[in-house]
This record gives sequence, structure tokens and C-alpha cells, in this order.
Amino acid sequence: MISWNKTKLMAVVGTMLIGSMVFAGCGGSQQGAGDGKSAAIEGTVSASGSTALLPLLKPAQEQFQNKHEKVTINLAGGGSFTGMNQVAEGSVQIGNSDVVIPEELKDKGLVDHKVVVEPFVFVVNKDVKVSNLTMAQIQDILKGKITNWKEVGGDDQEISLIHRAKSSGSRATVAEKVLKGEAFTDKAVIQDSNGAVLKAIASTPGAIGYVDAPYANDTIKTLSLDGVAYSAQAVIDGKYPVYSYGHMYTKGEATGATKAFIEYVLSDEFQNSEVEKLGFIPVNKMK
Amino acid sequence: MKTRDQNHEQKLLCDRYVKYLFIASAALMALLIFSIVFFVGRQGLMTFTQISPGEFFFNAKWDPMEKQFGALSFIAGSLFVTATAVAIGGPLGVLGAVFMAKIAPHWVRDIMRPAVDLYVAIPSVVYGYAGLVVLVPFLREFFDVQTGFGVLAAGLVLAIMILPTIISISDDALRAVPKPLEEASLALGATYWQTLYRVLVPAALPGVLTAIVLAMARAIGETMAVQMLIGNTPMLPTSFFTPTSTLTSNIVVEMGNTPFGSAWGNSLFLMALVLLILSLGMILLIRRIGARRYA
Repeated sequence: MISWNKTKLMAVVGTMLIGSMVFAGCGGSQQGAGDGKSAAIEGTVSASGSTALLPLLKPAQEQFQNKHEKVTINLAGGGSFTGMNQVAEGSVQIGNSDVVIPEELKDKGLVDHKVVVEPFVFVVNKDVKVSNLTMAQIQDILKGKITNWKEVGGDDQEISLIHRAKSSGSRATVAEKVLKGEAFTDKAVIQDSNGAVLKAIASTPGAIGYVDAPYANDTIKTLSLDGVAYSAQAVIDGKYPVYSYGHMYTKGEATGATKAFIEYVLSDEFQNSEVEKLGFIPVNKMK
Repeated sequence: MKTRDQNHEQKLLCDRYVKYLFIASAALMALLIFSIVFFVGRQGLMTFTQISPGEFFFNAKWDPMEKQFGALSFIAGSLFVTATAVAIGGPLGVLGAVFMAKIAPHWVRDIMRPAVDLYVAIPSVVYGYAGLVVLVPFLREFFDVQTGFGVLAAGLVLAIMILPTIISISDDALRAVPKPLEEASLALGATYWQTLYRVLVPAALPGVLTAIVLAMARAIGETMAVQMLIGNTPMLPTSFFTPTSTLTSNIVVEMGNTPFGSAWGNSLFLMALVLLILSLGMILLIRRIGARRYA
């Protein structure tokens, strides 16, 4: 009986000890990561933020670590604002974001590195007959002024707008580039990722929305804008206006391994291979 | 003799330490809960330094970019969805529990009870996904509406999700009714049906009500499945089929991309606080019902 009690006691105490060690460890690793900055091409670089940039940065991480064996790069998602907040308070070295820094963080000394161009396309359910919209028509649809496809040359069918939440970087880009700052109608279905938007549009007749261009597939129909079909070349030539930059923010000028990693992402070698393969547009091609 | 004394000493010592362990565990638990309440409360109440309570609770215009922070549509959405879920799931669950506790033969009950408990083990994202690919298209075609997203889609899936809570607790309550009550009723010449709805169910009513309130608490706090089916747009629901939003769905959709500490971020914490208070209210309600529990 005694020994049983003791074992149990030990187990509980042990669990608590391990628990507190894990907590302490969390605080500690951030400290350790901060020290890596001063070294030459060695150390640890932590980056967090935009989930849209993750698929791009994963291959960059692998290739960079193969080249510089003494560098460890940690990548995490969490969303654009999470990344920007964390880099501002110094808990990561790089904050990835799809949007430019908000007012609240303007005085934190963050340095912007534009690393990639992220184009967006408007997509509709396959049963929609319309395949081209003018900028003015899209604006009216997004603002809720046009609510039936027959007003833009399609069938007599109601338009269902399916898109992203008010906090989404994609939505902010479309608001800026297409609506020029005017408000979206609230009469819409909101899904919280590119994949969910795509799925909902594919299954809802008369639906329209927008997704990051790499996500567009053959379950939906991609619209032309002012007669220009989306292509990387059209964006580079300045004919297709709906895109934003992917940013990597650092607190102050990047140094050491952080600098080397950002330089690698910006290098022709990486931009011309992985970036295009993933459907983004190399930032060095923009005029 | 001496060794025995030593043994006894050790036992007493152990007893003392175990007592402290329990106290420490209880204190830690209370501390955790209070720090969560404190953190959510502090962050949430900071909203009122920038936004008036009147605007937050009685305005349905939610447009953080334009400094509009009216959360009425979320609060209304949460309440409507919960009410819909309980209106559908409540009677279904209670009738199921009556069948399981009093009518079903033993072997049926032996299959049903574990099956009902299994419901709980299904992750809510699976319910949401099933709702998205099966229920939403079905509602759209059956009722000939525009999208199918809305209160009814979310309410129906929630009704299924809260069934296990209602069934298991009502089942326990019904089976706890003393056998002599049932026998006396039958002996007085009542039919089994009369005994069921005049004696057994009224006697088990406090337990059944507890089950329903607990189910409501579960429904109002459910996030993932609701988020996938509600449409998430900040508009007051005008019918069962207009996309709307709930407190939980708006928090989960916007939290990750909202600057912490801004008026926007704080108002999301305030929504969490509202949810917490609603749940607390339900728990207090359960305690009042429980205090009147029969037998």
C-alpha cells in the first residue's frame, strides 16, 4: 500500500516537473534563437506568419540548409499578423506576410523584403456561362449592386459571392486592387481558406469568388478580367492588376544567417525554379 | 512490534503528503481557470476603452476596417443556432433516451449505449465536412434556396452533435427513477404508456432538463462544424437559409489574422468573454435544476 502511494506520488510530481520544464523550455528556445543572429553563416533562423508563403519557403529551407549545414531554419504558419507581431516583439527573426505592415507596427523598425508576387484570380462555378468580366462589372458584383448573372450577359441566375473573411490578406488585396478601398457587400458566404472557398464555389451554382492563382484548378472556371486571361506573363507586362507582394519582414536590417536566407530566397537560382513551379511569379521579373 | 509502528508512521506521513498533493492539484486547477477568465476578461473589457457597450451589443454593423464593431449579429446568430439545434435535437434525444431506458430490450440497449457514446469521439471537423458536402447541397436543392449555408444547416448538424449528451444524461436520469414508482403506477391500473409520460418522465424531469441545458452549452460553444456551415457573414439572420455568423465562428475565422491588442483583437476577446458568461449562466441554471432533483 505504501509503495503504491509513493509510486503514484512520484508519478504525479514527475509529471508536474516535466510540465514546468516544458514551459521553461518554451521561453528558453526563443532566447537561444535570438543569439544566432550575430554569427556568420551559422545559427538558427525562425520565421513565422503567412500560410500562403509556407509552400514556397519549405523548399527554400531545405535547399538552404543543404548548402549551409550549420544553419537551422524553423518555419511556422500562424497568419500574416501573427508573423508581423512576432518579428516586431523579437521572438522570431523573420515575419512572413501577404500584406504591408499595419499602422500599429509602423514604428517598430521593421524592414520590408518583397520576395515574391502573389497573383489572384476570380473563379466561378462551372455552370456560369460568363467567362469574362470588366473591372466595373466585378466591382459591382463585389459591392452587391449586380446580383444576377443576366445583368452581365449570363443566364437568369442569382450570383452567390463566396470569399474570405475581413481579416484575410487575400481579401485586403482584392479590396485594394479591385474595389479601390470601397466596401464588399456583406451578402456573402465566408470561408476561411483558399481550399474551402474553392470547394464551396465548385458546389454552389452561380457562385463567384477569388483565390490565390496557384489554387485555381479544373473544378471551377477562371474568369478573364477586361478581356485579359490570367497568366504570369500578363502580370509581368502590367496587364493583369490583381496581385500582391509576399513580404519577409525583419526587425532592423537583416544580418548573418537571416540575411543569407532572405538573399537565397531572392536569388535567381531559387526565384527561377521553385517560385514559378509553385505558381507564384518571381519578384525580379516585375518591372 | 517496532516495525509495525514504523509502518504506521510511514502511512501517516504519506497521508499528510497526499493531502497536500490534492490541495496543490485543486489550487492549480482553480488558478488555471481563473487566469484564463482573467486574461480573456481583461483583454475583452479593454474593448470598451475604444467602443461603447451600446455599439457592441446592439449594433449589427461589423466592419473593423471602418471602425464599426457591432457584434449583435454574432450574438443573435449564436442564440438562433443553439435554439434551432435544441428544438430539433432535444425532443429527438429525450424520446431516444426513453426508448433506451424503458422500452428497448436489453440487447438493443447494449448496442445503442456504446453507439451513442461513440458519437462523441467523432471530431467536429468531420461533422462539418459531412454537412458541407452532403447537407448544404441537399438543403439548397430541397428548399430551392441560393446557397444552403445558414442557420438550418448549422442547427441540424449541431442537433446531431448534441444528441449523445442529451441521450446519455436523460437515460441515466430515467433509470435512476425508483422502481416502486413505476410498479405502483402500473398496479393502480395505468397503462405502460400512461406510466411513461405521467410518472417516469416527470420524475426524471430535472435530469432531463440538465441534459438539455448541458447540450445547449455544448452547442453554443461548438466552433469548427458551425464555422464550415454558417456562411460566416456578419448579417442578422432573416431566414433559416441566409448566411450569418456566430460568436465562435467569427472568433475562429478572424483571430489568427488580427493584430493582438488592437480594438479589433480586443473585441474578439470580448466575444469570447460573452460566450464564457453565457456558459456560466447555463452552469448556474443546471445547479438550480440539480438542487431540485428528485430522489
